Amino acid sequence: MSDEDWQRERRTVITNALSVGAATGAYGISFGAISVTGGLTLLQTQVLSALMFTGGSQFALVGVLIGGGGAASAIATSVMLGARNAFYGLRLAPILQVSGWRRAAAAQLTIDESTAMTIARDERQFAGRGARLAFWLTGISVFVFWNASTLVGAVSASAIGDPRALGLDAAIPAGFLALVWPRLKDRRSWSIALGAGLVALVLTPFLSPGIPVLATALVAVVAGVLQVRRTAGEAAT
Amino acid sequence: MSATWLAVILGTLGCYAFKLAGASVPESVLDRPHVSAIADALPIALLSALVVVQTFAVGMTLQLDARAAGLAAAVVALLLRAPFIVVVVVAAAVAAAVRALGWMP
Repeated sequence: MSDEDWQRERRTVITNALSVGAATGAYGISFGAISVTGGLTLLQTQVLSALMFTGGSQFALVGVLIGGGGAASAIATSVMLGARNAFYGLRLAPILQVSGWRRAAAAQLTIDESTAMTIARDERQFAGRGARLAFWLTGISVFVFWNASTLVGAVSASAIGDPRALGLDAAIPAGFLALVWPRLKDRRSWSIALGAGLVALVLTPFLSPGIPVLATALVAVVAGVLQVRRTAGEAAT
Repeated sequence: MSATWLAVILGTLGCYAFKLAGASVPESVLDRPHVSAIADALPIALLSALVVVQTFAVGMTLQLDARAAGLAAAVVALLLRAPFIVVVVVAAAVAAAVRALGWMP
């Protein structure tokens, strides 16, 4: 690989990292606005974006609290949604090869976007340098855009009088739908989504707010077990 | 400490623990077919449940209101491949319009 190839790879990685950061920034504005109009303080909202720093979990925590759920179900829902990051970390570990404080920092930046951009690079090329650069640059770019846009959304939402008059309560489910949409790509994922939606709907009148959403984790467990069984069955035939 | 702060802090610690686990836990713990199949299904189930609850629930009662109109608009926006921010803004605008016109509460 020539130096010119590496320069081209580097430019691609930088451009991609910046555009992904800018794109997530747009979505940080909605998080900031929804969180503050839902009753969290500006500081709580900003702490979530800086320290929790995983969009789906942040939306879930705020969504459950706004829906009247208790702290326990808000914590459980957001942490379960964050469980996928462990699998990203597993996938990234051999590429990043970090330890000590670098591993602690890499863990914080292990999210959907940084993982996607890292595994999109060919890790056999440039001895993995391109993939590593993609991870750090995407992670830092998303972190900066995400936190800045959260602040913009939170501050502008403080000026809003009645969130319902602006339809902001409808923005919350729309946000969750936009988050799950890219994952709905086959019959299996649609069955999980419709099954979980139905379970949550049926349980809502009987259980305290927050619990019906948590209960749908069982739908995921059943789907996971069935999936493994089917794969084993296919392997046997 | 308020319940909200408790949720923010413990939720943050829990999420970080999972982020760190992938890089620290021996591969054999996470790299099992059941674990990864369930982890794959978990975000789909939880996010879908959140869509439904945030659209139709008010506490423990179910209610059909302007949020449902907003969600329908969001589906159309997603089918037209609109980016995240457009989906959210369209949903809010449609819900606000339906309310302003007095069609739905």
